[in-house]
Amino acid sequence: MNLETGSTLPAQTYRVTRADLVRYAGASGDFNPIHWSDRVATSVGLPGVIAHGMFTMALAGRALDTWAGAPGRVRELGCKFTKPVVVPDDDEGVEVVVSGTVKNVTEDGVHIALEVTCGDQKVLGQPKAVLARG
Amino acid sequence: MAVDASLAGRTFPPTEPYTVSREKILEFARATGSEYDGRSAPGTFPIVIAFTAMHALMEDPDVGIALHRVVHGEQRFTYTRPVAEGDRLRAELTVDSLRQIGGADIIGTRSEITDADGEHVCTAFATLVHRGEDA
Repeated sequence: MNLETGSTLPAQTYRVTRADLVRYAGASGDFNPIHWSDRVATSVGLPGVIAHGMFTMALAGRALDTWAGAPGRVRELGCKFTKPVVVPDDDEGVEVVVSGTVKNVTEDGVHIALEVTCGDQKVLGQPKAVLARG
Repeated sequence: MAVDASLAGRTFPPTEPYTVSREKILEFARATGSEYDGRSAPGTFPIVIAFTAMHALMEDPDVGIALHRVVHGEQRFTYTRPVAEGDRLRAELTVDSLRQIGGADIIGTRSEITDADGEHVCTAFATLVHRGEDA
């Protein structure tokens, strides 16, 4: 992958279903019921069960690994969780799309501005990463 | 109920050492759809260790946090190196900041994750939003 300043990185599309959230809850140890119980999620004012912010962030990490061409090159990764990814209780789930642009390349590494969307909404605020230079 | 105002600046005891197994790396990688051989872990894997530290904060009865009212506001990782199979990691959480906005507590935390030699592996910065009863 071309990781020069200004490079546009190919968008990665990931489908997310309730089953993915259950699997992620088990793998991560985050059993907050807003990620599996509509009853609890709506009781705290959410529209329904939402994906773990960390799951969406992990998808951003997955895209970074793909663009880097190898795992283990992420030096920094951060975002705000601005909009919930609401995951319906059906077999279709929702699609999360991760795209990115190389902002600049410095001694520290390759600075990437990400965009993570679900439907037509950005779900992460100011997602950005630094990859080690290849 | 708002959280304990004296929380800001408090550092919690380090978590018990967590041994990173190949199986756990593979389980985490599979759960996020990533392809890993299990020798090094995906970038967001340190959240597993950081969560242990965050749970100690959230489950402390004196702090006054209700888990189902917590939403993760922000997360950032800086790495000295990737987490690797066989690592024995501890997380030491400090509450960097605490403020109230619109009936919610905004809790800024920093977990320093170190290996068995005490060397820095990763810092996990998490902002937790604790919604009040009326929020």
